[in-house]
Amino acid sequence: MSIKVRYFASLKERVGHADAELLLPEPLSASQIWQRLNPDLAMPEGVLVAVNMEYAGLDTLVNDNDELAFFPPVTGG
Amino acid sequence: MSISLTSQTFDPWQSLAEYQAQQLAGKYGATAVFIGTMRDFNQGDGVVGMTLEYYPGMTEKQLASIVEQANQQWALLDTLLIHRIGDVVPDDSLVLVAAWSAHRGDAFDACRFIMEALKKQAPFWKKERLASGEERWVESNSNGYQTS
Repeated sequence: MSIKVRYFASLKERVGHADAELLLPEPLSASQIWQRLNPDLAMPEGVLVAVNMEYAGLDTLVNDNDELAFFPPVTGG
Repeated sequence: MSISLTSQTFDPWQSLAEYQAQQLAGKYGATAVFIGTMRDFNQGDGVVGMTLEYYPGMTEKQLASIVEQANQQWALLDTLLIHRIGDVVPDDSLVLVAAWSAHRGDAFDACRFIMEALKKQAPFWKKERLASGEERWVESNSNGYQTS
């Protein structure tokens, strides 16, 4: 299965890129996917997770063709 | 109901007057408005500009969901929400939230709710350009219910 991963704002700069594609044999949680993609970078505190543009938890399972996003606390307005 | 993101400078008072005249003339008794404007200082530093990043698709979805929640909770006649994206400079309007209702309670409370929910949930991020030349990400929003 194929998953699209996106990073925003300061997290995008820390990771070094905006997007990643991941091929997996089975669904993994958002935090497992972070670890797999960023083995040398602990997830910063307060990171928010969205799956298919809806807020989700770190333990949410991500499925085939899902879009997973990681971003820092929001600062709009 | 209207929600929009714009990369252009906008005059919130003009947007408000035009929307009101087209959509609402004669129908409302109360209007509550919030306008957020870019300051030229933050955390003790001079700020000369800022970039507003957002998550295309999710940002619009979150804003629509927040306005929908407000409509379920209060008796609103209409709402208008405009948020800037991209590069902004001090004195630019960053956000306009307006709520119209028959009586003041619904408009006041819904306008506040929409603004506070936007601050907490809508995926926007600010990167400041300081007078010193340095750039930095704004790390979190302040609590709107504190007085200092």
